[in-house]
Amino acid sequence: MQQFGLLSVVIWLPIAGGLVTLAFGEQRARPARWVALLSSLLTLAACARLYAGFANGTANFQFTERASWIPALNSQYSLGVDGISLPLILLTAFMTVPVIIAGWSVVEKRSAQYYAAFLIMEGLMIGVFAALDSLLFYFFWEAMLIPMFVIIGVWGGPRRVYATLKFFLYTFLGSVLMLVALIYLYLKAGDYSIAAMQQLPLTLAEQRWIFIAFLLAFAVKVPMWPVHTWLPDAHVEAPTGGSVILAAIMLKMGGYGLLRFSLPMTPDASRELDWLIIALSLIAIVYIAFVAMVQQDMKKLVAYSSIAHMGFVTLGAFLVFYIMAATGSTQGAVNGLDGAVVQMISHGLISGALFLCIGVMYDRLHTRDISAYGGVVNVMPKFSALMVLFALANSGLPGTSGFIGEFLVILASFKASFWFALLAASILVVGAAYNLWLVKRVIFGPVANEQVAKMKDLNARETLVLGSLALAVLLLGVWPAPLLNMMEASVQHLLQQILTSKIPGGI
Amino acid sequence: MTAGTLTGGPFLPAIPEIWLAGSACVILLCDVYFGAGRRGVTATLTMVALTVGVALTSQYGLSMQRVLLFHDLYVNDPLAGFLKMASFVAMATAVFYSQDYLEQRGMQGGEYYVLCLTALLGIFVLISANSLLTIYLGIELLSLSLYALVAFDRDSGIAAEAAVKYFVLGAIASGVLLYGMSMLYGLTGTLDLDQLSSTVRRGPDAALIIGVAFVVAAIAFKFGAVPFHMWVPDVYQGAPTSVTLYIATVSNLGSFALILRLLTHGLGGTPAIWTQMLMAVAVLSLLLGNLGAIAQTNLKRMLAYSAIANAGFVLLGFATGNSAGYQAALNFTVAYVITTLASFGMILILSRSGFEHDEIADFKGLATRDPLLAAMMLALMFSTAGVPPFIGFWAKLWIIQALLGGSHVWLATFAVLASVVGAFYYLRVVWYMYFEAAGDRPVPEARPRMRFILLLNTGAVAIMGLLPNALLSICERVIP
Repeated sequence: MQQFGLLSVVIWLPIAGGLVTLAFGEQRARPARWVALLSSLLTLAACARLYAGFANGTANFQFTERASWIPALNSQYSLGVDGISLPLILLTAFMTVPVIIAGWSVVEKRSAQYYAAFLIMEGLMIGVFAALDSLLFYFFWEAMLIPMFVIIGVWGGPRRVYATLKFFLYTFLGSVLMLVALIYLYLKAGDYSIAAMQQLPLTLAEQRWIFIAFLLAFAVKVPMWPVHTWLPDAHVEAPTGGSVILAAIMLKMGGYGLLRFSLPMTPDASRELDWLIIALSLIAIVYIAFVAMVQQDMKKLVAYSSIAHMGFVTLGAFLVFYIMAATGSTQGAVNGLDGAVVQMISHGLISGALFLCIGVMYDRLHTRDISAYGGVVNVMPKFSALMVLFALANSGLPGTSGFIGEFLVILASFKASFWFALLAASILVVGAAYNLWLVKRVIFGPVANEQVAKMKDLNARETLVLGSLALAVLLLGVWPAPLLNMMEASVQHLLQQILTSKIPGGI
Repeated sequence: MTAGTLTGGPFLPAIPEIWLAGSACVILLCDVYFGAGRRGVTATLTMVALTVGVALTSQYGLSMQRVLLFHDLYVNDPLAGFLKMASFVAMATAVFYSQDYLEQRGMQGGEYYVLCLTALLGIFVLISANSLLTIYLGIELLSLSLYALVAFDRDSGIAAEAAVKYFVLGAIASGVLLYGMSMLYGLTGTLDLDQLSSTVRRGPDAALIIGVAFVVAAIAFKFGAVPFHMWVPDVYQGAPTSVTLYIATVSNLGSFALILRLLTHGLGGTPAIWTQMLMAVAVLSLLLGNLGAIAQTNLKRMLAYSAIANAGFVLLGFATGNSAGYQAALNFTVAYVITTLASFGMILILSRSGFEHDEIADFKGLATRDPLLAAMMLALMFSTAGVPPFIGFWAKLWIIQALLGGSHVWLATFAVLASVVGAFYYLRVVWYMYFEAAGDRPVPEARPRMRFILLLNTGAVAIMGLLPNALLSICERVIP
């Protein structure tokens, strides 16, 4: 129990860095940029220390910090990580660095504010994953909307105001109902700590309402069909960095929320309503994948593919009850939960990388229309190699991280029901179709027009950014053991919580 | 009685009021003799009077227990001390923000400050009222000063119109209040709030319900709650911005004192009657305030509708009928006053002579013209919308918690959904500031002193948002 530990550093360091960047202002954009890069790198270094110091094999929270925050509300400044939240924190810190570098010479309008917004976002997002007090969680969760609102609205595309208002109001609407549920739980538990809420006995009726309130908040963030419509708009209008952060990390908060709040706090309602989540997930996987195929805009295509891939996260998480009913063994359920978490990390890397690739092309041609491109491989061989790799990873090619998550979830769904597995596995076909078709139209073939012919290949900065992401995607693909080992104890613990009824008196 | 008998006679706890009344008279005289030559002198004297007032209140006005004075007409308790200190600080900030504005418009006559001081005296009387008579005295003192202040810009037709509307409707509300009080007196035979609260404990009868209904109507008028809100948009928009600032902030503390003394104390024995009335009024206010604000193009008018919606939140706190709700309402009121002070301060710092800067479109491109002011306005708008990490979030959170604690789940859900609707029009200000081009709108004037105070004020909104415990625990302490 330290007073001020490593987790506080990784939360407040980027926020402080962001404020310093802001103070430099637009007149001194160059030093501001360096401050921004330095703070994101320092945060990443601190996260490396988190990784090094993390002990596998225990489900207890580590690096815990606890300080009195609001005694009047019985809420504490309480932080900690386990095997589910640590990978997400590492992902957040890892993805922010390429975002800062990717904007280096591209963002000219109010660049200091741009970097500051992303750094503040980083701190708040890590706060969401590290909070062990639900009020603190909500505090970070909502505060995060402010920088994202500004990012899309200031640096976004032509319809940015519409997109950012839609983004804000959609997510705000989902969140406030979660707040009502959290306060309700607090009044029953007498404590805002997540652990206390997870142990609190609740009747089935109570659980149902709370589950629905949580689901509204998390489903919008994930996003699940049919509340996904804000995502394509937000992605298309957001600047490259905004799309990366949205896809790579903000979507994961919905999945994280389901694993940390919905499943353990309302296990019986989850058992009762799991068909709903599974149905919505399968619709997202099958239907949205087809929607992705017909997109004309590259960003929209990746956005829809994100919704389909996040369907795997929700599917993997909620298969538990079917698997237990069908097989009675926990191994399949563990596969599903493992798959959900791995898919979150992997999708963060791959979708982030794809958005960066689209950003690279957009910087050169200022369009995201697929039809404006063609034959990029002839002028940008280095770029094309990386882009093809990410597209294949996105369709779940073995040897890339995209394969691991999808494979685990499909494996789990076989244990639940053949039909679930059949529908889920359809993404292997449809996903391959839209990814390969995208690659065919954009990368391969003869050079389409003069603008494409003038495109320059990656510079050193872009190579560094995309290369490091490619490395991460491959590394996780061939050797996922470190991640799986890190998660194992926490996933087992989560499974125990899910399978323990909370109805007073029990079933 | 105890503190009074120790030293210096029985008047000591009432020193703040005595000082205010005295200094208002002295400042009026000073203005007559010196004011014409040196314009700033009245404002400076007012600031001195307020500062000394804070010192005197902290010395004599803060009391740990209930002290009754003047044949039980006057009460001093921890809540009174806190509200008086808050009113002093709010008024000082308001005066500070207003100086340049008044000077540029030739309105710096001494009467302005004297009227502000008498209005403050009215608020103090309300805060310390322990009898229906004292309450009425306080309300009239406050209202009459405000009517005159609204009409202070003699050359403005819209201000005169607002003042007349305010006066006519306010006079009707006073009549309604008096009528309700007379019924209460007829039922109980007492004006004293302590005796009233112990007498009306018996079950509800028709006369009591009608009397309470009249009283609640008058209170709703004072708060600007639906269906007694008609004056709010016109007065907010029509009055000089400095006066609107005063009505939206300092005067709000008076309204809070009114409802607390009259309903929760005086009629505390029969909460069942008025909590349901308050619920209806609050729900309507949230609905109409938030929907009405969406359509506005004038920022002052938008903030007026936002004030109606926020009044709904405060009244929801009272509608719980328990002290957790009252504490939440106090916290909300203080948070709202702090944020609103800065919001109107922002309009004042951006206005120039001949230009009010009160259209929302005037804020376009502020982020490029003046990043600091834009960032502060962003914080204020998100705070009012109830988004963390700002003070407005905790204000709403506590109200919702009090509602859930009283098992009003649907009311709580309604309140949070209403604030989602509300978020839209606060976001629009941010949108204009950050996402729209500045065009040929000028860079705001520097005004370093005012900017500094504004920065402190907005800093308070952020710091008290990060560390909300201090205000929460004060609220818990002063309302047991």
